[in-house]
Amino acid sequence: MSPKPSKTASEQLQAIAAWPLQMFFRLLDIPLRGIQKMGGIGSMPYVFLLPNLAFFGMFVIIPLFINFGFSLTGGTNLFLQDRVYVGGEQYSFLFKCENYMVSATCQEDRFWKGIFNTAIFVLFQVTFLVIFSLITAIILNRKIRARGFFRAVFFFPVLLSPVVVALIWKWILLRDGILNAFLVSLGLDKILFFVSPEWAMFWAVFVSIWAHMGFYTLILLAGLQAIPPDLYEAAEMDGTSKERVFWRITLPLLWPNMLVVIVLALIKGVQIFDEVYVLTGGGPGTATQFIVQYIYNTGFTNQVQNFGLASASSVVLGVVLFVLTMLQLAATRRRNNG
Amino acid sequence: MTNRMKTLLGTSVLSLALLTGNAMAEADLRMTWYNDGNESEAMQALLDKFEKQNPDISVTLDVVPYKAILESLPVQLAAGDGPDIARVTDLGGLSKYYLDMTPYLENADYWRENFGPFLKWLDPDGDQISGFMTQLTVTGPYVNKTLFEQAGVAMPGEGATWDDWAKAVNEVAAKLDIPIPMAWDRSGHRVSGPAIAMGAKMFDDDGNPALVDDGLKSMATKLYDWHQDGTMAKELWGSVSGSTYLGANEDFANAQVVMYMSGSWQIPQFADKIGDAFDWWAVPAPCGTAACTGMPGGAALVAMKDSDHPEEVAKLMDFLAQEENLAEFYGKNLFIPGHLGLATGGVDFATDDPRAKHALETFANAVPGISPTAFDLQGYANNRVMFNALISRLGEAIVGELTLDQAFDRMTQDVEKQLAEKERGN
Repeated sequence: MSPKPSKTASEQLQAIAAWPLQMFFRLLDIPLRGIQKMGGIGSMPYVFLLPNLAFFGMFVIIPLFINFGFSLTGGTNLFLQDRVYVGGEQYSFLFKCENYMVSATCQEDRFWKGIFNTAIFVLFQVTFLVIFSLITAIILNRKIRARGFFRAVFFFPVLLSPVVVALIWKWILLRDGILNAFLVSLGLDKILFFVSPEWAMFWAVFVSIWAHMGFYTLILLAGLQAIPPDLYEAAEMDGTSKERVFWRITLPLLWPNMLVVIVLALIKGVQIFDEVYVLTGGGPGTATQFIVQYIYNTGFTNQVQNFGLASASSVVLGVVLFVLTMLQLAATRRRNNG
Repeated sequence: MTNRMKTLLGTSVLSLALLTGNAMAEADLRMTWYNDGNESEAMQALLDKFEKQNPDISVTLDVVPYKAILESLPVQLAAGDGPDIARVTDLGGLSKYYLDMTPYLENADYWRENFGPFLKWLDPDGDQISGFMTQLTVTGPYVNKTLFEQAGVAMPGEGATWDDWAKAVNEVAAKLDIPIPMAWDRSGHRVSGPAIAMGAKMFDDDGNPALVDDGLKSMATKLYDWHQDGTMAKELWGSVSGSTYLGANEDFANAQVVMYMSGSWQIPQFADKIGDAFDWWAVPAPCGTAACTGMPGGAALVAMKDSDHPEEVAKLMDFLAQEENLAEFYGKNLFIPGHLGLATGGVDFATDDPRAKHALETFANAVPGISPTAFDLQGYANNRVMFNALISRLGEAIVGELTLDQAFDRMTQDVEKQLAEKERGN
């Protein structure tokens, strides 16, 4: 019988390091066994969900109710108990319009301008974000040279703070920025990007796509890598064209990931604020003032901080997001059910 | 109990008593401050001096961006979580949070004698003593005199109108290919002085705010036209939204602007940044049809009533407000004094720069000519509601989102809505 091999120094160190963790879980085991004895095995999922639910309730659900409470009040007092109950007045003020399609005819024109601007932003941003992310993911999924490097390059902007992203692009786009210097070197005139509403919206969309594309590319790349290669091999043996392979194999199998990307991009798009706020300040005029900036301005930047109106606006935004998410979920279910 | 145990117990009790006693005697005060230049250095020097004389009081100077003073500080104060002392520019708007230091001051008469007119700005409806002006400011334009000389264009003299200046700066810009003939800070406060010069009354006969009248329309129309004809660059007023403040100080310092409408607080920054690179010259407020006036204003250091140490706060404020300390502060920072004794006696400004000295003289001389309406507007607690409505709607008109008439209607509506909201529940 051979002697039992002695532990190496590294294994001993690992055992020492793991000891506190083992002790912690052994101690945790005692109350958990007690709970299981009392409530049965069926109660355990709820026990494990409880800490997360408590956290979620504390920081999401309760503030949601407080926010709704604020939306039914007026005045400038900060604490809910000091505020005046006004019922649905803030909502009726927001929705008082002669023609909903023309923001200038609305009592609170900036709210509607914010809604329209956000809708335009989301339409372009989500569409191009998904298209560019898909193209990039497909390219990065191929066996190209320095693939790891390019994957890192596309993901890098995701790691940057939105404020840093906006400041970098602001320096590039200013009157005396790098881009204008380049245009002048080509003999062209400078373009005042932040004075033209169209250019400002274009750059808001562009910068947002640049900053977030890496994240969505990564999700799609994971989806592409999960597609079994033998499907492509079979298609190749059958002589299927590349376009047909894309439409008949890649896209259908990638669809669950695409749906995640679309839902996430849509929600993030509606919530857009920080990057654009630093980049354009919402201007020129109100051309890039989105709904979240309207809420922020109403609640915080005015001398009279109208928390009631800001809360009512954010409730409306919440409802819109909820409806969008439900529509997406319904679409997913319908697809999954065949 | 053994002797050893007794010694241990005795030492512990003594240490605890000493620790508790020390903690009770010591007051930690927090002062929230923002910088136009680097005046926090002069303030820190005074605080160090105070702490040496009062070892039981420590003061932490929190330097924050100006935006935090406008946006975060009011929320902090409303939540009862504000600093003990803060430097503010919304003088009357935050007055409900100010501490009345009168009972704690050794000589309240000194404060009334030297800060009298400005105490009213801090407490429009009462007579409490809450703080003092860290600087008195006057709005007015600066010009790049060197550019005028290079272009061979004569600078309009005293009594010149805004139209005279617009014509002259356009001539200079055209001759020297300067991108921005005229720039104004994007601020309702900056527009108000010239609007009053054009006859704007700002209040009705009952003293209620009445922003839009013929005087204001006249000045706003000029600004609108200057943006359309290129006298003013749209990238400053047109490139942001709402009431966002934007200054053209960088562009002026880089000689990209011929005339820059701002105020006396830019003097230290220009003395530092521009130096003698070109002659930057403060000129008297151009005239309108009713007056030749700028707006008074400034920043005040105020004590907050939610402080746990009102006595110590008053002691510190009293120390800072003493003539010799303020003379040092104003002198180092090239600020127009907000202390009547120093305003009369003069301050020894720490500069040899003839441009800075001329600018200080120009703005100080402008004070007697400031319109009473401008003083009333500055003293009005809700003046920022009017300033913000003015600048945000005019900005929207300039970029073509609203017509001027629509902008005027919206200004009136914005002011009414916000004041009505403020009245609710108060």
